Amino acid sequence: MGAKKGGKEDAVEDMPHVPLKAILLADSFTTKFRPITLECPKVLLPIVNTPMIDYTLAWLESANVEEVFVFCCSHSKQIIDYLDKSKWVNQPNFSVSTIESHNCISAGDALRFIYDKNVINGDFVLISGDTVSNMILTEALQEHKERRQKDSNAVMTMVIKQSKPSQITRQTRLGTDELFMAIDPATKQLLYYDDKSDDQKGTLTLDKAFLAENPSISVHNDKQDCYIDICSPEVLSLFTDNFDYQHLRRHFVKGLLVDDIMGFKIFTHEIHSDYAARIDNFRSYDSISKDIIQRWTYPFVPDVQFSLNNPTNLERHGIYRASEILQSRSAEIGPFTYIGKGSSIGGKTVISNSVIGDGCKIGSNVLIDGCYIWNNVTIEDGCNLKQAILCDGVVMKSGSVLEPGVVLSFNVVVGQEFVVPAYSKVSLLPQPVTQDSDEELEYADNNSGIIHTIDTLENGNSRTEWESSEVGIGGRGFIWSMSEVDHEEEWRHSVAPIPETKLIELTQMVFDNLELNIQDDIVLAVPGEQESGNESDDDNIDDSLQIFEKEIEATFLRAVHEKVKDDHIILEVNSLRLSYNLALEDCASALFYSMMKLALDTTHTSPASLVKNANDVMSRYGKLLKPYLQSVDGEIEVILKFEEMCSESAKEFAAVFVQILHMLYDKDIIQEEAILNWAEEKEGADESDKVFVKQSEKFIQWLNEASEEED
Amino acid sequence: MPDTHALVSDFLNKLKKRKIEGSKATAKLTAELLRSVISQQRLPNTNQAGALIHAIKAIGDQLTAANPVEVAVGNIVRRVLHIIREEDVSLTTASIGGLSLQGLSDDDDDDDNPLVSAAAAAAAARTTLRPPSLQTLLEDIPPHSAAASAAAAALHHSSSSAGDSEDKTKSTDKNSRSRKLKHNVIEAVNELIQDIATCHELIAEQAVEHIHHNEVILTLGSSGTVIEFLCAAKEKKRSFRVFVAEGAPRYQGHTLAKELVARGLQTTVITDSAVFAMISRVNMVIVGAHAVMANGGVIAPVGLNMVALAAQRHAVPFVVLAGIHKLCPLYPHNPEVLLNELKSPSELLDFGEMSDCMDFGTGTGSPLLHVVNPAFDYVPPKLVSLFITDTGGHNPSYMYRLIADYYSADDLVLQQRPTS
Repeated sequence: MGAKKGGKEDAVEDMPHVPLKAILLADSFTTKFRPITLECPKVLLPIVNTPMIDYTLAWLESANVEEVFVFCCSHSKQIIDYLDKSKWVNQPNFSVSTIESHNCISAGDALRFIYDKNVINGDFVLISGDTVSNMILTEALQEHKERRQKDSNAVMTMVIKQSKPSQITRQTRLGTDELFMAIDPATKQLLYYDDKSDDQKGTLTLDKAFLAENPSISVHNDKQDCYIDICSPEVLSLFTDNFDYQHLRRHFVKGLLVDDIMGFKIFTHEIHSDYAARIDNFRSYDSISKDIIQRWTYPFVPDVQFSLNNPTNLERHGIYRASEILQSRSAEIGPFTYIGKGSSIGGKTVISNSVIGDGCKIGSNVLIDGCYIWNNVTIEDGCNLKQAILCDGVVMKSGSVLEPGVVLSFNVVVGQEFVVPAYSKVSLLPQPVTQDSDEELEYADNNSGIIHTIDTLENGNSRTEWESSEVGIGGRGFIWSMSEVDHEEEWRHSVAPIPETKLIELTQMVFDNLELNIQDDIVLAVPGEQESGNESDDDNIDDSLQIFEKEIEATFLRAVHEKVKDDHIILEVNSLRLSYNLALEDCASALFYSMMKLALDTTHTSPASLVKNANDVMSRYGKLLKPYLQSVDGEIEVILKFEEMCSESAKEFAAVFVQILHMLYDKDIIQEEAILNWAEEKEGADESDKVFVKQSEKFIQWLNEASEEED
Repeated sequence: MPDTHALVSDFLNKLKKRKIEGSKATAKLTAELLRSVISQQRLPNTNQAGALIHAIKAIGDQLTAANPVEVAVGNIVRRVLHIIREEDVSLTTASIGGLSLQGLSDDDDDDDNPLVSAAAAAAAARTTLRPPSLQTLLEDIPPHSAAASAAAAALHHSSSSAGDSEDKTKSTDKNSRSRKLKHNVIEAVNELIQDIATCHELIAEQAVEHIHHNEVILTLGSSGTVIEFLCAAKEKKRSFRVFVAEGAPRYQGHTLAKELVARGLQTTVITDSAVFAMISRVNMVIVGAHAVMANGGVIAPVGLNMVALAAQRHAVPFVVLAGIHKLCPLYPHNPEVLLNELKSPSELLDFGEMSDCMDFGTGTGSPLLHVVNPAFDYVPPKLVSLFITDTGGHNPSYMYRLIADYYSADDLVLQQRPTS
């Protein structure tokens, strides 16, 4: 007893004394799992016969998290009921409490809601209820804490894992788009995050400034975002401050990375031997199921009882068998298969790479490959199922066929000898007519939907409205129609592997794109990983400088015509400067250029009136230049610009160069020192360059004398 | 009671999550848990031993189910059950001694009641006191049902009748006796915990008899017992060399080598696959074990079967060090025994590097790559030359006899579900 206590205390010592809390979002705020999620919350969907939320909670418990707040939104009642019945409540050292809200339509809303509840006061783990992981949190937590002590702006640590995306489809194993991340290799700070690559071309455009500011960055496309974040309490208040943040990654992470005013930083923690992944769509459902069966998630595997899952035996070839299975002698169970408690399997049935839940009845001569069959499903003789998901209570009448990628929601009945076409989604609930344009919405009209189901179920067979063309004679269910675009993209997120033809198409596309990339050298192609040092592209700068000058000129002229206030002009010029990322000097010369242009364009008859125009302009707008002329260099830049004007674009000024220079000197726009420096600089230049220096020789001499007198 | 409940569920949780590893740690924690369960268990007036056994069995059932691969848990549960039975019997015999004397002196012939009860008590004493033999086994098996539960019931019945008879005669003695039983059992369990704690030392004491000057010893993986054993020999001024096979994929051999070097032993690290090449230079193979089965077979860290075969090929003695808590009264073919556990493939290969082989989005969608990472090997008894336990060196064929000393046959099957 004593020794045991001692052991426990050791473990506690590594942890902070503040209980570690976690926010578990039991709602994904997406519609990827529709139509199933119309009837059942996503986190309660079974993956290898155990609800997803159990994996997440089991992990949180093993990671020494002491308090979990489960945020429920859609179908909150089902989740709360499930948790009440589960073993997670009434656990010592691990409390699970639910937070319920029905107004939230995004993760951002949820976090704002939790912030209002004021339950989080220390670091917390932010995770969604569909994450499967076995990582050890201690190290990441320690890193996060240490960083926080040094820099209070390090608000978040993001867990990432190496995982290569497919070369052809530009899509990760988990069916999400290829993800680009730029990470500072020394500090592990996240500098760039982009999960929407340009039209799957595998190209990535980085800002030059970004390369200039960071001495070294490494760009990765082989990192998988595990969606496990260790956050400081500031994260919640950030969500409250920025009420337009909805999506955790798209808005929050990118928002923080772009916004350099507050200076908040996000860091990454890479896990190597541990597993972590989030079930985001049907494809990842398939991949993660297979990972679990292959035991990457150990100890959260079916034969270890980490939640209320049934005791299961692991046999050779990765076959998991729960108790009380009736299996015909001639049935053939292939590798990597899970068979749940109390299921029966008829003769000559072949099952491979599939998960079969509890209490399923499978007839004879059935062919099942790569399917996920949940509980109490009846499959009659002679059916053929390939890569499909069958929810609870589905009945497949004899001889029916499911083509790859089919999803049958709860209690659907497929009629005799009926072939359900590939990628179709069938549900007892009709498809919501008004599809919300905003895909973030998950739970629209679900309450009415549930009542509707119950009605239909009670009426049972008395309803004859099911069209036999959709699910066959005697079948029940609506096939959800997909818009053309959706249908095209359906293969991406389906449980079925991508068909051969699509792959060939994609390969072709990749080759085309490669050629395109070679021609287009501005875009930085990213093959795997690239270490890039401090480099900048001179051609680009020249290009953008010209555009910038034009912009400034336009701005200035507009300001003159519309009589905009000086402050506003400065503000506009500043924002232009930032967006083109140029120096103050560039602004000064550009602004000066536009002023002179203005003077030139104002009607004038003689050089004298030109000087007068210039004088007018300068006395009106001269002070605009002030903020940009803080150093002698800037002033020299202005003189050089003027010189360039005189010799190239506005030759009329050439005659009055000295006068204007003198005027500038009088108006304190250019100081004596700058003029002298300019003259000095020009001394070594070609004769042709010296034209204006010679012109202003007298003026310079006068300046020299004046300064000597002062001495 | 709620306290023990919490303790049990906490321990169960840890076992389930595979938070506790290593047979010694589990054995110790199990024994400590059972001790606190016993001390807090309220006993009825009659049939105290039966109640205690029932309680322990119920917990033991859960514990073994929580992590079937840790056989040490089951071993300790059975040991504790055996202790309870023995203590009960010694108390019963002590009282029966007086009782039967009384009965005999009171009325010699036809008075039924005391005679019957005395006979029952004697029967109870006989079943529990007799050394294990074929006859006992045969007698204990009732005609209608499985051996274990019925035998337990028989004992249950007999000891309760013993209690009844005693109830009549010596009711005043009861309270003190109940306390005495509990006290004795706890005392014995304490001894057991002590044994587990000191088994390393007891085994290590024998090192000098086995390791000789200038010998070359080969071992695989890491075992606390082996470290102590080797170091004990070193302390006795034996100079010898140790080959350590690294024990992929966990590479515990590396930590072992570190430890040995820190203690000043001449150590050579080799790969697991080099064992056969090196074995001809080796004088003795000394390894630890995960569990020792009743037939003398060993469940050991993966790779040891290969080492044992290599040792046999070159006639090198294969010595297994095992604390007595690793001795499992079951045979490897028993259905209750889970011989192996498959661990995460991430110990073998890096997920990130191999992730393109596991892209189920392309190709047939069926996994072509399968990584198997078993934790244990089974070494058959014929390959083991000698077991060194805390009670001395034994032949594999002697194991069943040791088991009879430490376990009672009634407890071999802990699961109550199939029979009841």
